[in-house]
Order: sequence, then structure tokens, then C-alpha cells
Amino acid sequence: MARKIRVLVAKPGLDGHDRGARVIARGLRDAGMEVVYTGLHQTPEQIVEAAIQEDVDVVGLSILSGAHMTIFPRVCELLKENGAEDIMVMGGGTVPEDDVKELKNGGWAKEIFTPGTTLETIVEWINSNVNTD
Amino acid sequence: MSEKMDIRKNWEEWLESRSKMTDRDFKYETVSSLPVNDLYTPLDIEKLDYQKDLGMPGQYPYTRGVQGNMYRGRLWTMRQFAGFATARESNQRYKYLLSRGQTGLSVAFDMPTIMGYDSDHPRSFGEVGRVGVAIDSLQDMETLFDGIPLDKVSTSMTINAPAPILWCMYIAAGEKQGVPSEKLTGTIQNDILKEYIAQKSWIFPPHPSMRLITDIFEYSSRHVPKWNTVSISGYHIREAGSTAVQELAFTLADGFAYVEAGVAKGLDVDQFAPRLSFFFNAHIDFFEEIAKYRAARRIWARRLKEKYGARSPKSWMLRFHTQTAGCSLTGQQPEINIVRTAYEAMSAVLGGTQSLHTNSMDEVLALPSEKSVQIALRTQQILAYETGAANVIDPLAGSYFVEALTNKMEEEAEKYFEEIDRRGGVLAAIDQSFFQQEIADAAYQYQRAVDKKKRIMVGVNEFIDEDEKIEIEILKIDPQIEKDQAARVQQLRSDRDNLRTGDALDSLRKAASGTENLIPYILECVRSYATEGEMIQVMREVFGEFKEKPIF
Repeated sequence: MARKIRVLVAKPGLDGHDRGARVIARGLRDAGMEVVYTGLHQTPEQIVEAAIQEDVDVVGLSILSGAHMTIFPRVCELLKENGAEDIMVMGGGTVPEDDVKELKNGGWAKEIFTPGTTLETIVEWINSNVNTD
Repeated sequence: MSEKMDIRKNWEEWLESRSKMTDRDFKYETVSSLPVNDLYTPLDIEKLDYQKDLGMPGQYPYTRGVQGNMYRGRLWTMRQFAGFATARESNQRYKYLLSRGQTGLSVAFDMPTIMGYDSDHPRSFGEVGRVGVAIDSLQDMETLFDGIPLDKVSTSMTINAPAPILWCMYIAAGEKQGVPSEKLTGTIQNDILKEYIAQKSWIFPPHPSMRLITDIFEYSSRHVPKWNTVSISGYHIREAGSTAVQELAFTLADGFAYVEAGVAKGLDVDQFAPRLSFFFNAHIDFFEEIAKYRAARRIWARRLKEKYGARSPKSWMLRFHTQTAGCSLTGQQPEINIVRTAYEAMSAVLGGTQSLHTNSMDEVLALPSEKSVQIALRTQQILAYETGAANVIDPLAGSYFVEALTNKMEEEAEKYFEEIDRRGGVLAAIDQSFFQQEIADAAYQYQRAVDKKKRIMVGVNEFIDEDEKIEIEILKIDPQIEKDQAARVQQLRSDRDNLRTGDALDSLRKAASGTENLIPYILECVRSYATEGEMIQVMREVFGEFKEKPIF
């Protein structure tokens, strides 16, 4: 049997809009994944530390503050500095289409889901993009 | 009596024939999952006592509205929440809105300001001026209202944990314009309880936070008597995923907690309760929202009079601002958000709101553009001047459905009040994550219903436009703004009279450790151009910081 996928749902930045993060965390858990939720107001340093400590496959960043263009690259850089670039970074939130493209093209995020995405879509995407062998 | 018998008999006959009809396969319930019948009749409101439960507008228990003549006296205030980038840019947006007929200002602050960090703090990185305006000191506040006479406009400021500081900055900006504090009108949100419950922008733990709030009550009653000292907010509770009943019950419970805190401080309830105001969400379920507003007024009036012994009718009146539901809007086909917003706005008006913000169609995607803000404001103007919705006071009163639903909302809210009491009150319930878990559960159920198409959202899970290309102009914030604002606050720190600032901050620290009212100390810090971050840091060192349990 394949092992369970481990996900860190992280809420960076100063805002407190955690509805999406919590719904996703619960949905992923109900889909059989092991989920850790960081809670609010996390710095990129705290997120990367938690990701490494929890030995996760995926970090999901929930950002609704408009700070995505600084936070995604920062998290990726810190993962690399810590030799943990194998951890996949994805995200969700109010991210304009152009920014989604830029973040994906720059390699700062594997995928970003915007409002209106179903839990099933996200679960399927993670299942088919994370190697659990 | 015989008339009632007739109705019942008639109803039974109808039910029998109706039950043979085939209904669409659909779950008939409100957006909050409250089941609704297919028909309401006088039988559903048999116990309704007009004099006791409704009365006239402007009369206890204010179910029909807080003013005797409602919108014939004065229309609701059209108050669009705005603010971005720096004080200078926001100042221009305010002047634009005022020139287009808006009647009150509503300030949105950026996250660093909301969380008490100056623009040059490492935690502010990437967030300066993003979701609102960056205000670091009195200097920025002066710029924000430059050329806008503070004795002529009323200003609502969406600020909570650092509310006393931003409020003092506003008072001091008034002083600079020669406007005495007695003449200032407006609102600070200042509702810390809903921060712990839903919005999550807290700094200090609950007890010192409640002290700051009661300090504001006391200071305001003496020096800023026309100011609304708290806007007790259900908006964020709803946006976080609660049901309508939860929004109603948790918000009013917070209100009762503020009343009790004020009384515990030794204030007379009639000294501060008239300045408490409310802020509700207008979600998409039209009748449920109207019932919610009507129930809110009745519950508040009854509690204030009967439980807290308020004697002034002004204490009994629940006055409220409404904002249409951001969470009901979709990133898909954003233009149709205009329609959603219009229905929501109408429910707020039919529910008797005192002021209203209508969301812009593009708010799901980014900060609203000028064009979409204008459409949102025009939506209110159509409502006010074309639809006739403002002509008649509480026009849905007497509707069997609306009255039955109003009663139901009240009953369900009362059950929550009992539960909160059993748990030891609002602060204890927060500590037990009660509200947070209730809201998380409701949000999750809602999302599951949408995902499984048990709830239809046009453009999201039905009527999808596959070839959609979103063509909305998106307002971008120049990253240079952050650098400039950070440089400005650093310049200020070197230009000001640092001896005076240092003394003011020291005095604030000493007072925070004691029990004195902190407002005069904060005001002196503000006048000496201490920055927000410096004042918060002083208080953080004395009060500590709040941490929540991350449940989901």
C-alpha cells in the first residue's frame, strides 16, 4: 500500500482570512492525506521550518493579502537553502491570472488554485502530482 | 376564532391536494441550510403580537426600524470601503468618491497597519499598501484627510486591535484642522471579540484588549460624544463561513459582552450603549437576511431594556451598517457579481440598514478598479432613487413568511445565547474554540454542498462558461510604494522631537502597567509623532500577545 501523502497547509502573511485554508485542510484530511495546519501569521522561515520538521511532500500556501509575489519565491528560496527543494510548493487564494502564470513560469509554484475550485480537483491534482512510492 | 378554523381547514385541504403534485428534485432551504416550507399562512404567525413584537418604527422593540420615518427622513449612508497604497493615493480616491455623491468615508487599512507594524518592519515586507492604506503616524493621517473637512464628513475606520491609536490619530488630525473632538463623527470598528472568533487580526490577549475598548467608551462619552465606539461585526463571522443564525447570535453575544464589560468598569449603561453600532453581512438569501436584521433589532432592544436595565431608548436601538457578501461573489464571470450585489443590497435596505457598502464585481480577483467601484455605488443609487424600495417603511412586515422567519431567527439565536452562557460567556467560549469550530463546520459543509452540486453557484458549478476569458482591468500596486513609505517613516523618526516622543512612550508604558485610562497617553504619543509600531510595541511588552489553537 502506498504511504499517505503529507501536506502542510500554511497561512503566511499578516491577514487572517483562514476560511479557505481550513476548508482545504479538512478536505485533504477527509481524502486520506496527513495534514498539518500551521495557523495564522506565519513567516516564510516558520513555514519552511515546519515543512522540514513535519517531513511533508507538499506545502500549500493560502494567500489572500496580495503578497503572493514575494511570499512564494521566498518560501522556494528557503526550501532550497535548506536542501528541501524536493518539497512541492502549491497555493491558493486571490491571485490574478497573470501572477499565476508568472509564479508557475518562474518555478515558484507548481500550481495555484483560485476561488471556485472544488476540493475534488485539488485532491486529484495532488494525488497525481505527488509520488508516494 | 371561526376565521382561524376556516384557514386551518382550507390549509389542510390545500395540503392534501398539493401533496399529490410532483416537486422538482431540490433541497428547499436557505443558504444557511435552514429548511423552509413551501407556503406560509396566518397559522405560522398565530402567536405574533403586533404591539409587543413589532410596534411602530422608531418604537420599542424597533423590529420595524430605528427611525420613525426611516428613509423618508434620510436615506441610508452610501459608504464605500476604500483605501490603498499610501495616504496620498487614498486621499485622491476619497475626493473622487465624495465628488460622485458618496456621503461618508470608509477607510481600509493595509495589513501592517491592522497588525500594528510600521511600514519598514520586516513583517510588513510585501504587504505595505496592498489591501488598504498604510498609516504609520499622525503625519500620514494628516495627508489622508488633507482638504477633507473633518467636521463635515463622517468617517468609518476598519481597525480593531490598534483602534485606540488610529482613533487618536484621527482626533489629532482634527485638532490640526481646528476641529474639536466634540464635533467629530464616525465609527471605529474596534470589535476585538470577532477578531478572535473569525477575522483573526488580533495583537494582545482578550483581557487587555477589552480594557482598551472600555477605555475608549469612557473617553468617548466625555470628549468625542458623537463617535460610534464599536461596530460590533457579524460581517467577518459570516465571511468566515457561518450561517445567518450564527452571524446573528455570535454578533449579538459579542455586543452583550461589551455591555457587560462597560458596566463592570463602572460606567452607566446609558452612558455608552447609545454609541454601540453594528455591522452585518448581506448574503444572497434575500428573505433570510431581511429576517436577520429585523430579529437583531428586536433581540437587542429587549436585552438592553430588560436584562441590562437601559433606560434611554438610544441604548435600545440597534443601528447597523451592511456590506454585501464578498464570499457570495465568484471569480468566474465576474460581471454577474453586479447582479448578486444588487439583490443583497436590496435585502439590506428592506431590512432597514443605516449605511451600506456594495461590493465591486472584481473584488474576488483584486482591489476594485475605479470603474467597478462606480458601478457598485450606482447600484445603491438605483436602489434609492428608482426602485421604490425606500418609499415605505419595513414593507415586508406582516408577510407570513418574513414574520415567521424573523421569529425563527430569534429563537435559534436564543439557543446559542444559552449555550454561550453554559460555556461561561464569550471569552470562555473563545478559549474553548467554540465559535471557531462552529464556523469551520458550517464553512466546510457549505463547500461540500457546492462541490457536490447540492448547492448551485451560477458560473461555478453550473452554467459555466468554458471559453471564458476574464477581461477585467486589475488595479496593480507599484512595489515602489512600499519602499517610499518605509523611507517616509524612517525620515519621520529622525525629524521629530525625539525627547518628547520618548517621554510620551515611557508614560504610556507606565500607564499600561497600571489601571488608568490609556487614551490620553496614546493621544500624547500620537501628537508627538510616535509611530503606530512604537506604541504597539510598548503595549505588547506590557500586555503580551495572543496565540490561537490552529483547529480545522
